[in-house]
Amino acid sequence: MSAAPIAIQERSDLADVRPYGPKPRRMSPGRIGIYAFLIVAALFFLIPVYIMIVTSLKGMPEIRLGHLFSLPHEPTFQPWADAWLHACTGRDCNGLSPGFYNSVKITLPSVAISIVCASINGYALTFWPYKGANLLFGLLVFGAFVPYQVVIYPLIIGLSSVGLFATLPGIIIVHTIFGMPILTLLFRNFYAALPAELFKAARVDGAGFWRIFFSIMLPMSVPIAVVAVILQVTGIWNDFLFGIVFAGRSNWPMTVQLNNIVNTTTGVKEYNVNMAATILTAAVPLVIYFISGRWFVRGIAAGAVKG
Amino acid sequence: MAATDTSVSIQDLSLSFGAVTVLQTLNLDVADGEFIVLLGPSGCGKSTLLNCIAGLLDVSGGRIVIKGKNVTWEEPKDRGIGMVFQSYALYPQMTVEKNLSFGLRVAGTPKDEIAKRIARAAEILQIEPLLQRKPTALSGGQRQRVAIGRALVRDVDVFLFDEPLSNLDAKLRAELRVEIKLLHRKLQNTMIYVTHDQIEAMTLADRIAVMKGGVIQQLDAPQIIYNRPVNRFVAGFLGSPAMNFLDGRLENAGGGWHFLADDLKIPLGTYHFDRQPAPGPTVFGIRPEHVSLNSGTGWPFSTAANVEVVEPMGSDTLVWLRLAKQNFSVRVTSERTPRNDEPVTVGFDPMRASLFDTVTGSRL
Ligand SMILES: Nc1ncnc2c1ncn2[C@@H]1O[C@H](COP(=O)(O)OP(=O)(O)OP(=O)(O)O)[C@@H](O)[C@H]1O
Ligand SMILES: [Mg+2]
Repeated sequence: MSAAPIAIQERSDLADVRPYGPKPRRMSPGRIGIYAFLIVAALFFLIPVYIMIVTSLKGMPEIRLGHLFSLPHEPTFQPWADAWLHACTGRDCNGLSPGFYNSVKITLPSVAISIVCASINGYALTFWPYKGANLLFGLLVFGAFVPYQVVIYPLIIGLSSVGLFATLPGIIIVHTIFGMPILTLLFRNFYAALPAELFKAARVDGAGFWRIFFSIMLPMSVPIAVVAVILQVTGIWNDFLFGIVFAGRSNWPMTVQLNNIVNTTTGVKEYNVNMAATILTAAVPLVIYFISGRWFVRGIAAGAVKG
Repeated sequence: MAATDTSVSIQDLSLSFGAVTVLQTLNLDVADGEFIVLLGPSGCGKSTLLNCIAGLLDVSGGRIVIKGKNVTWEEPKDRGIGMVFQSYALYPQMTVEKNLSFGLRVAGTPKDEIAKRIARAAEILQIEPLLQRKPTALSGGQRQRVAIGRALVRDVDVFLFDEPLSNLDAKLRAELRVEIKLLHRKLQNTMIYVTHDQIEAMTLADRIAVMKGGVIQQLDAPQIIYNRPVNRFVAGFLGSPAMNFLDGRLENAGGGWHFLADDLKIPLGTYHFDRQPAPGPTVFGIRPEHVSLNSGTGWPFSTAANVEVVEPMGSDTLVWLRLAKQNFSVRVTSERTPRNDEPVTVGFDPMRASLFDTVTGSRL
């Protein structure tokens, strides 16, 4: 007991002799370099965004003045309304909105179906290995590296032979197929990292293929499912090639519609409308990133992966 | 333990992963209500054997009979077994209560029956206050108790444990070890328990099966395994500090068998040979606690030596000497610890020793 004050005294003596206690944080040259790079990179991407936003809020007379970086004098939302409702592609002047609804009709089922299939695939490949499972998995991984352009023509022939070419189900099938390799890989690796004993315990408890999947694996898959949703929504929403080839005129997604608006040759080029239309098209993936990014972090933090 | 009927019978069991054979024509009969411990070094096939019994691995040959029923091709749930894993393997998204009831819900057990069984298991394992928690909110010991409870509620005939305590710290391990022993006393179930911790094996088992390379080396009561190991592997694997081994020769010199090593000549008049001895290279093994230090010359064999190193271990001290130019340890109580370089006399009764053939390693 009596020794304690002495010990404290000794320590306060020691404190004068550095180094002592936490190491002081300093900005190292490496850190400065990293920050400089990050700031430059951010500017590189943000300046075009800035120009797009200010341009979309200007009227055409103001744009013709040519001050690219200046803020709008008389901000107007008319270009946004035009982009959404009245912009012309050829003879139709209905704006982007039909394309938006088409994109929703394509994206929602494609994302849902591909994630459901991929999670079941990944689960089966991990926990119920059957003869040839490894071969199938190898083929799937290989599929992730096949350039799309190579398979487009055979796919057109295949789909038209069953009457699905240029239809909504057709484009949904195409997106599902092309999402399968990467998503299966994603889910398989996620399930493979789970303790195998969890699966064994469920088997001993008498659960079968579907019961284990729905009661145990699926509730744990939230973080990876969010990753899959981000991947698929951005991928499918941003897709142009498959949309223009497989969807058919009446189902053209927003990206195709945007392209047609921007590249339309009749009349003057309405830069403000084009800018607004582009931002509108890009908005959906952006929103998804912002919303699900938070979820994603929350899912990991809640210990959904670790038992 | 009135162990009469056979509960689990493993007959000529073989298992290979592709070209790798892990188990080869393994035979093991476990009596009803018996506590069997599978003990062996890492990778010897203990978990594999347990998984075969549970039906989580398809066997390559042989058959498994549980309670008189051939279950070789049955699903795990139809075998009347419950299993407890090293990593607990609790379902992370379910509460403790849901974890316990999962198996029963899968089997379609009526609600009131489920509630009754959970209440009983929770009482036995003292986890009643934890029922509404998720596994992440439990300590390691509590998790393992829930994992045991999951087997308990299903009212199984045979409990399988795969190193259930090895993720816990030493104190908790000792506590749960006693609890498992009490649980076995209470339930009188057959239990097959895998471990590589020899203290667990010695304290829990009715019989221990010591395994090496997928083969059961010896299957016997803990005391027999400890005192009369059938080969050098079993002798060296059990016991901490480990048994002393002296390399030398067996000879029939001057009226009876002797073990000779360098200047050492140990008379084996009191040793109980398992088979007819023959002269030749031999290993002499004796446990450090069966050797006495400075306790007179009343022993059948005693000799002088110098202390080399002293290792205090708390309750006892391990004293290292050189005998016949080989390392030799003696376990003494702390009060009688000699100093380094002190000359001492070493005495023991060869009756407590184990002799092994140098070539085959089997007991003589
Ligand atoms: N799926 C598998 N494919 C190939 N070999 C395997 C497989 N599972 C286990 N083995 C091999 O079988 C042998 C026995 O493994 P097992 O898990 O039964 O050992 P163990 O005695 O339980 O060891 P530990 O004490 O480390 O748990 C090991 O050599 C291991 O490499
Ligand atoms: Mg093991």
